[in-house]
Amino acid sequence: MSQIDFSKALLDNEQPTPEGLVDPKGRPAGKRFDVYRNNVILSLSDALSDAYPVVQKLVGEKFFQAMAGVFVRMYPPKTPILSDFAPEFPDFLASFPPVAKLTYLPDVARVERARTQAYHAADAAPIDGAALAALTPEQMAEAKLRLHPSLHIISSPFPVFAIWQKNSDAPETAIPKHGQDVLIARPHDMVEMRTLPPGAADFLRALASGRTLGQTIEFCEKIPLFDLTENIGGLFESNLLIKIES
Amino acid sequence: MPLIPHLPNSAGVGYKPQHLDDILADAGHVKWLEIHAENYMSAGGPMLAQLKRLAEQFPISCHGVGLSIGGERPLDKDHLKRLKHLISWLKPASFSEHLAWSTHEGGFLNDLLPVPYNMDTVKRVADHVNEVQDTLGVQMLLENPSVYVAFAASTMDEITFINEVVSRTGCGLLLDVNNVFISGTNQDYSPEDYIANFPVEHIGELHLGGHIKDQDEHGAPLLIDSHNDKVVDPVWTLLDTLLQRTGPKPILVEWDNDIPDWPILESEAARATAALEALK
Repeated sequence: MSQIDFSKALLDNEQPTPEGLVDPKGRPAGKRFDVYRNNVILSLSDALSDAYPVVQKLVGEKFFQAMAGVFVRMYPPKTPILSDFAPEFPDFLASFPPVAKLTYLPDVARVERARTQAYHAADAAPIDGAALAALTPEQMAEAKLRLHPSLHIISSPFPVFAIWQKNSDAPETAIPKHGQDVLIARPHDMVEMRTLPPGAADFLRALASGRTLGQTIEFCEKIPLFDLTENIGGLFESNLLIKIES
Repeated sequence: MPLIPHLPNSAGVGYKPQHLDDILADAGHVKWLEIHAENYMSAGGPMLAQLKRLAEQFPISCHGVGLSIGGERPLDKDHLKRLKHLISWLKPASFSEHLAWSTHEGGFLNDLLPVPYNMDTVKRVADHVNEVQDTLGVQMLLENPSVYVAFAASTMDEITFINEVVSRTGCGLLLDVNNVFISGTNQDYSPEDYIANFPVEHIGELHLGGHIKDQDEHGAPLLIDSHNDKVVDPVWTLLDTLLQRTGPKPILVEWDNDIPDWPILESEAARATAALEALK
């Protein structure tokens, strides 16, 4: 029996205990093998609920555990680093028929995944507005603004930030009827989240893609309700700027 | 091969972030900390910052749970690189891993799975231990497993197997006394005989932990290595017997699930300290 056979039987309860696994008396190791089966599925299911606590709250613990049993058999971790486990989970939710009616669920999972990634992202010290204010208008237009490595933006047709808040630390949160762009970053020790004003997601994405500030402004000015002053201010308020390359 | 500095012959515990403030305020009988290497391989973030801070105050034991040294497939070179990076900045007092496998073609299974004890496995495990030691540039400690099944394909006992690996690699050993009790009970051999025959001269660290009692389908005892409770009295007794052979050693209390408040974990470290002091 190879370890491939062993692991196939671990992940498939329909398969018999692999031959050659015995108890001390030489009898087939039925329940003894099941200890490994339980360890694998339970430990990975726990890792999944640690990574997606709000999804678990939304579907209920019992349902989540059953769904986790399906998920972890389909997508066991690719590496032993469990903080990076289950990047496939949001897309899995989008294609898992029992949760098809919960159309917002995949985006809530994307928010949770982004929080985990932000928490473990590289550290970088934010800079204040003085560095930008010191530039001439020409230098400003040519400048590239480097944003914090922990920055993530989730744009959703659903009010995902409100749903996330209501089901984590602020149960009194009112759920609006419109979609939300959510900014997730960890400029210091804590993961911080906020909803973005119109055009801000495009503004940040344009900067992150390496466009100059001038190109970014030209692109964003076409967006209805886009407010440049508010967006530049937001960069500093949220401690997102780490370097100006001129 | 340079030997890394040794852990102190005192009590340590597995580090959990929820205990950070307690540890910094008063670590009590806890003189060193063990971390799971795989929890500290991110690019940045508060967990790494905490570890850097703790490493300034405590000797750190770096304990891997994902190398899959007993695996039939080659070691994961990317994972070895990550370990090398961690060890190069952390400079732990010890690096240890398990006599087990955890990774197969489809991915990482997050459990410590057993291997048959025969010469094929000796050769494979020894090759992997040599590769780890050559890559990391440190001697590693290999930990005895807790096992629930035996292999019809085994041709030697666990101690013979471990001796063969040590003689081929020069690795040190981490003896988990709870695992000896679990495996002895599950495999129907005497934990006391195991302790009496273990090659104690290679031991660099001891582990203690809690387990769950169950039964197999024939009514035979089946102990499960759950690390979710206090160390049981028979394991403390085994520790005393072992310490008579080894003299003082670094002793770690592992508590990974249903993690208690700090005073309860610290009291387990106090009991380990008392076992060491009884030798004087």
